[in-house]
Amino acid sequence: MYYQTKKIVILIVLHTFLLSVALSCIFPFLWMINVSFKSQGEFDVDYGLKLPQHINWSNYKEVVLKEGFWRYFLNSVFYTFITVILIVIVSSLAAYGFSRLQFPGKNVIFYLFLAAMMIPLPAGFVPVYIMLKNLHLLNRTGYVLAMTNMGLSLSIYLLKTFFDQLPRDLEDAARIDGCNKLRIWWHVGLPLVAPALAVVVIFNALNVWNEFVLASLMFTNDNLMPLQVGLMEFSNKMVTQHTLIMAALTVAALPIILLYIKMQQQFVKGLTAGALVG
Amino acid sequence: MNSAIKEKGVNFSFILPALFIFSIFWIYPFFYTFILSFQENDLISLPKFVGFNNFRVVLTSSDWWSSMYNGAFITFWALTFQNILAFMLALAVDRVIRLKKFYRVVFFILPVLSEIIIGLLMKQVLASEPVGRDVLNHLLDHLGVGFMVQDWLGHDRVRLTTALVHCWKGFGWAFVILLAGLQSIPEQLYEAARIDGANAWQCFTRVTVPLLMPVITLVVVLTILGTMQAFAMILALTGGAGGLTTVPVMMIYDHLRHNIAGLAATEGLILGVILVTVSFIMFFVSKRIRRKYGVLPN
Repeated sequence: MYYQTKKIVILIVLHTFLLSVALSCIFPFLWMINVSFKSQGEFDVDYGLKLPQHINWSNYKEVVLKEGFWRYFLNSVFYTFITVILIVIVSSLAAYGFSRLQFPGKNVIFYLFLAAMMIPLPAGFVPVYIMLKNLHLLNRTGYVLAMTNMGLSLSIYLLKTFFDQLPRDLEDAARIDGCNKLRIWWHVGLPLVAPALAVVVIFNALNVWNEFVLASLMFTNDNLMPLQVGLMEFSNKMVTQHTLIMAALTVAALPIILLYIKMQQQFVKGLTAGALVG
Repeated sequence: MNSAIKEKGVNFSFILPALFIFSIFWIYPFFYTFILSFQENDLISLPKFVGFNNFRVVLTSSDWWSSMYNGAFITFWALTFQNILAFMLALAVDRVIRLKKFYRVVFFILPVLSEIIIGLLMKQVLASEPVGRDVLNHLLDHLGVGFMVQDWLGHDRVRLTTALVHCWKGFGWAFVILLAGLQSIPEQLYEAARIDGANAWQCFTRVTVPLLMPVITLVVVLTILGTMQAFAMILALTGGAGGLTTVPVMMIYDHLRHNIAGLAATEGLILGVILVTVSFIMFFVSKRIRRKYGVLPN
């Protein structure tokens, strides 16, 4: 009896603690969505702490269509998509090479990639920005290439360790059947590392989608800005239009939240991949 | 002989695209940073060699050291408040059976979202007139805890508020890593300890903490590296608050924006050297701890 009550009390304390922290994580986003459906007048009265009298889509219309958030959104999708494809191809080629093929300088080059992952470069964006400016590459190409490089080391490392654990039988069979190395990489290697590729894709997609510093330096043209830079510019311009800012934030945050809830295992793996390497 | 060389060439071509991008965007910029730090470079006229002048300017600049202080202040809160909270949450989630998955999903929402979104959202929650509407204060009033009301982004509070928002965004990440560490501890060890007569507290200090030491040091190192380089969330939340929440990377960013590239590169180098030193020290400390407890990770 005594143990029973003690156990229940402990559980109640634990759940109260956990639920209150969980509430602090969820509440700001519910509030954000709530405010995005209100008119500015309504918000000024109840501070978004009550449900809207009627669902009002005009904030979204204004933000997405008139303020060009559809363009920021598509830009972000474009940069993310191209960068991730580039990283997957380039890093899986290199990982396959490091894991399976022999060539001089292999270890030295591999350690070079590892070193890039370990050494913190707080001002890494300074020389990259100046170099791209001098090369007249302050545009989509320059940005996508710079972002590709950011994800390269970790992706190569993850894929290489995954390749190392795989048996070589399938590749040998393919070789005997007359496949060349490039076709083995594409037809045998890539399908086998699919689980690791999922982590690489999520990690890099989030990295590009959330990147701000380099994008804000490079894209001064409104037509090229990704979502994060667009948000920042918009909130500087519309300081007092709270309901509009909330609609913009919802447009940026909600797709990621929904995607995350749908694929949370992969997200957690992707985001902690960097940590577990160290 | 010839075919062997050809084969090596074919093999090498697999890493060529990666090596190409890497050389241009990592190796070259790495060395270029050192060159830049000896230059006066305004990105328009020809760069001028100025010796160690940039280092003299940065190391004697009170703005730089106050930004380092701000970064260290936020790091202190992230190391203590954020990580202890994450550890307590991980211990709690490890014990409960119901809602386990729910908690894991919810706590990790914040690390998934961008720093800009978090910063702008919390600015709307915390800011007072005319920028915001004191939403949190109104909420606290509604909940009957009006004594907690304060000017969150005012001069007296802004630095602490920024640190707390940073912790709020970051705890979910530390939580996930610590929970994974906790779950990798075999149940038999606890059973053996209990049979030997250990109570809950002894189980915690003699089994959990020593076995978790490698994970804890990892979280500590990554917290220091991440927080000292934090920037975008703080820019979105306060914009620096007139120097009160200016962090090192914000100085670097501002100098580059104003075309003072030499100073920006120098500041980056100094911060980088400090961070490398810190992580090396932590690496050796963690090695000694591991040797002392005689355990290896995983």
